[in-house]
Amino acid sequence: MSDKNTGVTAETVRKIARLSRLHIEPDRLEFLADEMNGLLVWIEQLGEVDVTGTQPMTSAVEMDAPMRCDEITDGGMQEKVLANAPKSEAGYFVVPRSVE
Amino acid sequence: MFTAERVAEKKDWLSGRDHDWEIIIGLEIHAQVASNAKLFSGAATAYGAEPNTQVSLVDAAMPGMLPVVNEFCIEQGVRTGLGLNAQINLFSRFDRKNYFYPDLPQGYQISQFEFPIVGEGEIEITPEGGDSVIVGIERLHLEQDAGKSVHDLSPTETFVDLNRSGVCLMEIVSKPDMRSPEEASAYVEKIRGIVRALGTCDGDMEKGNLRADVNVSVRKPGGDLGTRCELKNINSMRFIRQAINYEARRQIDILEAGSQIDQETRLFDNAKGETRTMRSKEDAHDYRYFPDPDLLPIKITQDYVDAIKADLPELPGARKARFVSEYGIPEYDARILTADKAKGDFYERLAKGRNAKIAANWMMGDLFGALNKASIDLDDSPVNSDGLGGLLDLIGDKTISGKIAKDVFEKMFEGGAKTKESASKIVERDGLKQVTDTGAIEKMVQEVIDANVDQAAKVADNPRLIGFFVGQVMKASSGKANPQAVNDILKKKLGL
Amino acid sequence: MSDLTQLSLEAALAGLKAKEFSSVEITKAHIDACMDAAVLNTFITTDFENAMKSAEKSDAKLAKGEGGSLEGAPLGIKDLYCTEGLKTTAGSKILGNFMPHYESTVTANMKADGMVMLGKLNMDEFAMGSSNETSYYGSVVNPWKNGENLVPGGSSGGSAAAVAANICLGASATDTGGSIRQPASFTGTTGIKPTYGRCSRWGVVAFASSLDQAGPITRTVKDSAIMLQSMAGFDAKDSTSINKALPDFSAACDKGVKGMKIGIPKEYTMDSMPSEIEDLWQQGIKWLESCGAEIVHVSLPHTKYALPAYYIVAPAEASSNLARYDGMRYGERIEGDNLYDTYERTRAEGFGKEVRRRIMIGTYVLSAGYYDAYYLKAQKVRTKIADDFKAVWGKCDALLTPTCPSSAFAIGRKVVDPVTMYLNDVFTVTANLAGLPAMSVPAALDNNGLPLGLQIIGRPLDEETVFAASAALEKCADFTAKPEKWWV
Ligand SMILES: [Mg+2]
Ligand SMILES: [Zn+2]
Repeated sequence: MSDKNTGVTAETVRKIARLSRLHIEPDRLEFLADEMNGLLVWIEQLGEVDVTGTQPMTSAVEMDAPMRCDEITDGGMQEKVLANAPKSEAGYFVVPRSVE
Repeated sequence: MFTAERVAEKKDWLSGRDHDWEIIIGLEIHAQVASNAKLFSGAATAYGAEPNTQVSLVDAAMPGMLPVVNEFCIEQGVRTGLGLNAQINLFSRFDRKNYFYPDLPQGYQISQFEFPIVGEGEIEITPEGGDSVIVGIERLHLEQDAGKSVHDLSPTETFVDLNRSGVCLMEIVSKPDMRSPEEASAYVEKIRGIVRALGTCDGDMEKGNLRADVNVSVRKPGGDLGTRCELKNINSMRFIRQAINYEARRQIDILEAGSQIDQETRLFDNAKGETRTMRSKEDAHDYRYFPDPDLLPIKITQDYVDAIKADLPELPGARKARFVSEYGIPEYDARILTADKAKGDFYERLAKGRNAKIAANWMMGDLFGALNKASIDLDDSPVNSDGLGGLLDLIGDKTISGKIAKDVFEKMFEGGAKTKESASKIVERDGLKQVTDTGAIEKMVQEVIDANVDQAAKVADNPRLIGFFVGQVMKASSGKANPQAVNDILKKKLGL
Repeated sequence: MSDLTQLSLEAALAGLKAKEFSSVEITKAHIDACMDAAVLNTFITTDFENAMKSAEKSDAKLAKGEGGSLEGAPLGIKDLYCTEGLKTTAGSKILGNFMPHYESTVTANMKADGMVMLGKLNMDEFAMGSSNETSYYGSVVNPWKNGENLVPGGSSGGSAAAVAANICLGASATDTGGSIRQPASFTGTTGIKPTYGRCSRWGVVAFASSLDQAGPITRTVKDSAIMLQSMAGFDAKDSTSINKALPDFSAACDKGVKGMKIGIPKEYTMDSMPSEIEDLWQQGIKWLESCGAEIVHVSLPHTKYALPAYYIVAPAEASSNLARYDGMRYGERIEGDNLYDTYERTRAEGFGKEVRRRIMIGTYVLSAGYYDAYYLKAQKVRTKIADDFKAVWGKCDALLTPTCPSSAFAIGRKVVDPVTMYLNDVFTVTANLAGLPAMSVPAALDNNGLPLGLQIIGRPLDEETVFAASAALEKCADFTAKPEKWWV
């Protein structure tokens, strides 16, 4: 890993926060950048490990995907689906307008 | 890196200020798999249900809910891949595509990024009034559909229905091999025909079960590729052509004004017939794809693939070729008669044991003509293949002439579904049988000659006058006399 | 009648079967103990009314000589398990008053076996923490103290503290990087994280899907065997659930370790580690030897990279798993000026500091340009760590290590620096990365009179050996110390 990986800037934090949909007050950006860099420096010990020819491990179980057959076994529970909704109406979830 | 070698035919170039322009088009088609249940849940996929009634806790992304793959969807992906003459990948994997949207409950779409189930393939298309073109298939992958956002139930809020959330889509990505709006729509037609023939997708564009994202760029003919824009979710052939025409023009205007095209996603407004930008730069996406840790790799065997291959139905392309070789009809007819399964099946029933050429002419001429006029689908045609077949048989055995047959067909078509009268019944009832009894014909001929003595005298010098006599006799027999017999007897009697 | 809260789960179940006491009696006793221990803050939601009702049902069954393997036993459930009709929070504000209309497979198994559920136990928010200090519902206080109040460990701090304080006969917990074993070590209790895939994850709020495993925290090794037998099993609703029959875990506890090869991985130590933990480890070796085990010294060379790899993989998965908490379909919604603002405020105010930190790190390591350098690299290092274990299984049947590099620490001491906090899991996280079964057994008190645990790590699907070795350790250690009941 190159040193650029410890180069998290306030702007990086702003971008990441936006991707994560987390509101961050502008005056916190610098602090959070330092904090992330602190963690990344520690994480970067991984650079020492030679992984040439090593396959990435994506699951802790070595099996193939089990499969369902194409049968309707679920659904038909509108009220349960909507029961915890902050707002719902006429069988729909109601959310802030997503278009202009 | 792909370079678009093929240069469009001149007729497809767009004129510009200082030089012509060529359109480069690639498509991403989203085809909904015709499954009963969703890709990762047991909820139903049927169209038009009450909002949120076909939603499982998995589809609503309730805490702790987990996906389990629907095997049928995997199989349809493979079937379709085989139909596209494409590479089937025995190892494929589901990844998460992360982004926030109210109709995307998980906050990510489960899709296939690094290892799609189907790789490269190619198909042949024949655009309206153009030659056949080979279009490359980049890949086909399986993914979840999102829910539906409804914006017209409230001016200030959005209503979300998750019935569609989690339904299995096949995303079929083409190479940028198309050069005109006609080629693009021909490509979509072709893909639609294939998935319908395979039964992997019903191809219903009105319901959005098959929709296209179109990538459009323009370049100086044969020149370097330009920056492309993606036009999202277009759901009719007409709109596809409109959108491409508008977008190409828009890009040319920008370039000729000396500015650049920004690579962006644009929305086609069917009402206005124009495209407009969809996302702000600030919202630039970074999907953070990574293997879905709730799912394991999909491993299939060659035997599994071969078994699917073995019971693959005949596809439109192959059927067209067979019609030409087996029935000896022209390429053009074969294409029309294989445009969809129903037509092809009707024709094969009709041509069986009959004159295939005449069968084709009657189907494409009289039948399709009548259906168009009455705007009826072939499936509910008042004259079915047996009915029309019966009529062709009467022509075949000279019971009626081709001319009479047209009247009979009209009667059958009118009477149609209600009476379902057979051709022979109508011929019987209305006494339209051809008169072949020479005695009767001689009698008629004699009467005509006697009634036109002076004309008869001139025949010797002017043999072409015989046509007049034939007409008179046919008239007298109200079209029923066998024309051949009439001819022979006239010649004899007039001494020709 | 002796104090029914002092019993082991095993003894309690025997007493119930023998009708020495009723489920109503023992349930009532634990409810009283729980009310006395309010200061420990072990529960987020109690459900005493229904507990008493199911106790009566259990008594009816027991009277007829019927009932399941947990019939009538009052137990606690970590608030990460979705429980039908009972508020489930994952220790977070963002879920608000979320009321599941479904039951997690694990708790459904336990209910089917006759468990009496006392309520939902406190935990670190979304199981992200090693001290239970990240819970929106406040810190849990360790029943063990030396002057000041100590953390119970985390993320299953409520489960461990409740079992240590005799509030529950046993508790369900979950372990993503050590969240069962570290709190067990801090509270003088016993806990096992089984092989990844043994317990269904269906209905358990996800933290890091490829690492999360359910398991019990109990007073004895046998108690863990009894609970795990009920909790575990194949579930078609979880694609990563292992479809293999369960061995008899209780029977395995009595197998002994004669002829068993126990590996001692030299890398399981730290500069900052107190010598008494080193000494306890040596003691553990002697104990197992004395029971007839053969000791072999082995090496797991990539051990030191496990924690940094974990702090890429776990946050990456979490950043995606927690995207569903957006205030649109359930949970808290903080209305903003527009959709985007609503998302940002809902999530910024709904998630606590540590969760936000991990979402940010996870998003960063998956983002364009960094994926290969961080996430992909970590997944490859994870393979190396798994391969280390595969290599030693040729030489030994199980491994003995310390559970943690320290005993319980004071509330508030480590919150300042995330990395020091993360180091708590340095010895436990390897088993999660490799998907191996691992158990912590209380072995001794340190110089401050605080419990310390030893860990047994086994082969995939070989919980039997883990139980056998752990039971042998338990026997030799004969850990009977109890925290004095300062909270009543
Ligand atoms: Mg796409
Ligand atoms: Zn797509």
